[in-house]
Amino acid sequence: MKIQVRYFASLREALGASEAVEAPAGTTLGSLRELLLARGGRHAEVLGRGRAVRCALNQVMSDESALLADGTEVAFFPPVTGG
Amino acid sequence: MSRVAIQSADFDLSHEIAALREGDVGVGAIASFVGTVRDRNDGARISEMELEHYPGMTESAIEAMIDAAMQRFQIRAVRVVHRIGRLLPGEQIVLVAVTSAHRGQAFQACEFLMDYLKTQAPFWKKETTPAGARWVDARVADDEALRRWGIVAPNA
Repeated sequence: MKIQVRYFASLREALGASEAVEAPAGTTLGSLRELLLARGGRHAEVLGRGRAVRCALNQVMSDESALLADGTEVAFFPPVTGG
Repeated sequence: MSRVAIQSADFDLSHEIAALREGDVGVGAIASFVGTVRDRNDGARISEMELEHYPGMTESAIEAMIDAAMQRFQIRAVRVVHRIGRLLPGEQIVLVAVTSAHRGQAFQACEFLMDYLKTQAPFWKKETTPAGARWVDARVADDEALRRWGIVAPNA
């Protein structure tokens, strides 16, 4: 299935604003993160388990257990700092 | 008037409050919070700040926070304005304004909304210091502020 992945702030600077990712059925937010960081390079650097990364599923804050569906919009970003 | 505005333009507190309370004579209290850009942060001088956000999610996240505030407190109307883009020290960043019949609920709802917004709305600040630009780190104290309301949703 195809997942649209968006990045913001420091992750956007490292990885670009968005990319389409092909992922197997049953992929969760957490396993998508694993799939991306397994690419190595900048992905491994900024999505690594030692980094504080938050995620959203279809524009709602979600935890990594959330299950993805075809066409889902996912976003990864650092902790938010508005206000 | 919509409840949420994400804009690069500045806002006027008097104008926002006048619009928020217009036609509602049941209002007996108005509480507001305005956040501004400081010229120092974490020991460095700040010459400017850039605010990035997640268009679409930002608006829906803040709408959901306002729904939560309307359920939790006896309030009549809410307005949230958050600026994006390039801001200079002294400029206004954020407004939360709440109307209610009595002050207690307005004060509380205003603080609740700010605590929620600081940790759950998708904005990111990048500040320019003499040593270069850097992304602002989230603060654990902001997570603790939200926890006072019984909401556990760690950000930092």
